[in-house]
Amino acid sequence: MCGTCGCGGRDVLISGRRPARAPGGGAISFRVPGADAAASSQDQAAPMDLRLIQVERDLLSKNNDYAGENRRQLAAKGIFALNLVSGPGSGKTTLLVKTIAMLDGALPLAVIEGDQQTENDAERIRAAGAPAIQINTGRGCHLDAKMVGQAMDQLVLQDDSLLLIENVGNLVCPSAFDLGEAHKVVILSVTEGEDKPLKYPDMFRAASLMLLNKCDLLPYLAFDVELAIAYAHRVNPDLQVIRISAASGEGMPEWLDWIRSGCRKAVTQCAVSPELESGLSIMDIPVPSPLQGEG
Amino acid sequence: MQRELHVHMHELSLAENVRQIIEESARAQHFQRVRCVVLEIGQLSSVEPDAMRFCFDAVMAGSIAEGALLQIIETPGEGRCQDCGFCMPMQEIYGLCSSCGSSRLQITAGGVMRVKDLAVE
Repeated sequence: MCGTCGCGGRDVLISGRRPARAPGGGAISFRVPGADAAASSQDQAAPMDLRLIQVERDLLSKNNDYAGENRRQLAAKGIFALNLVSGPGSGKTTLLVKTIAMLDGALPLAVIEGDQQTENDAERIRAAGAPAIQINTGRGCHLDAKMVGQAMDQLVLQDDSLLLIENVGNLVCPSAFDLGEAHKVVILSVTEGEDKPLKYPDMFRAASLMLLNKCDLLPYLAFDVELAIAYAHRVNPDLQVIRISAASGEGMPEWLDWIRSGCRKAVTQCAVSPELESGLSIMDIPVPSPLQGEG
Repeated sequence: MQRELHVHMHELSLAENVRQIIEESARAQHFQRVRCVVLEIGQLSSVEPDAMRFCFDAVMAGSIAEGALLQIIETPGEGRCQDCGFCMPMQEIYGLCSSCGSSRLQITAGGVMRVKDLAVE
């Protein structure tokens, strides 16, 4: 019954508020509230004068614009940014604290913490010796690129540094929201189910690296590591996997190497980009050196 | 139970994006009232159409799209095998190539979620 989109004729009735698909998946029909009577009575309720506007905009277009801007800023400064995502309780903050401790100032870094409520996590990070900004999303269940852009402005990020963004603990929404990061890193702890990658495939598909955390607890659990990794690869064949324990330090050197390698790439790319800013010192980041333990 | 909540939270925030897009269109195209919103939601996008319907009215309340009808066009998922090039329908964002069995499938259709059209006064 839309007056302008040409969808008259054999309209599909949309009863109440529930829309239905046109037969054969063809043109869509509108029935406008108040115009329902027109079907049975020709005397009243002439089709309303509606105009059809073609919008064709992605639901995330706004976020993607902000993410693009964040990415440009990060690239210009040679900053390697990671978006750490997981369900609640996988040990993200402990992992960050341990990462900061093990890097021990060798690599300038800053942290953006996302939680619905409290400053607790940012305080833990600051206590570990790194600058941190807490974003409280209130009822929001994920960080978005605009929030992160604002936090980046406040942090005064150093050139050629590392930016770690700890997203809200949630395996659903953060997968869809690009923050401008180089990679999403998904953390799965062995106290969760092996089939999380199958249950939340979007997140494992969006990530470049999976950290399998709390591996020090494996002797006490029935968790099947190979099965979890197989499930993750079923969803994302290119997903890299590192087994770690932020508590015991196991696997941490490999994770730190992965970070350093990304940082070097970010610096190199920044250096070869046409918007090269003067005064950049390339390859300042130390080559991976053996860190405590042998893994 | 927790997952249900998250799923609805997810569509809730996406419905808020729909509202933003509508409000921006209204400013650009000068309309005051939206009667119908047509969304295109790919089968492989992260949006659950029923959850979007569930959130839609609440999110549009108080906006120029209050009371608008929501029409969702669900587009089927398709993928292409990166190893053998075979194209096939996909029901999930991952799967195995029906020709060679590889799991390296690239989504070629059904990944979008967008505001397609608005019927406005």
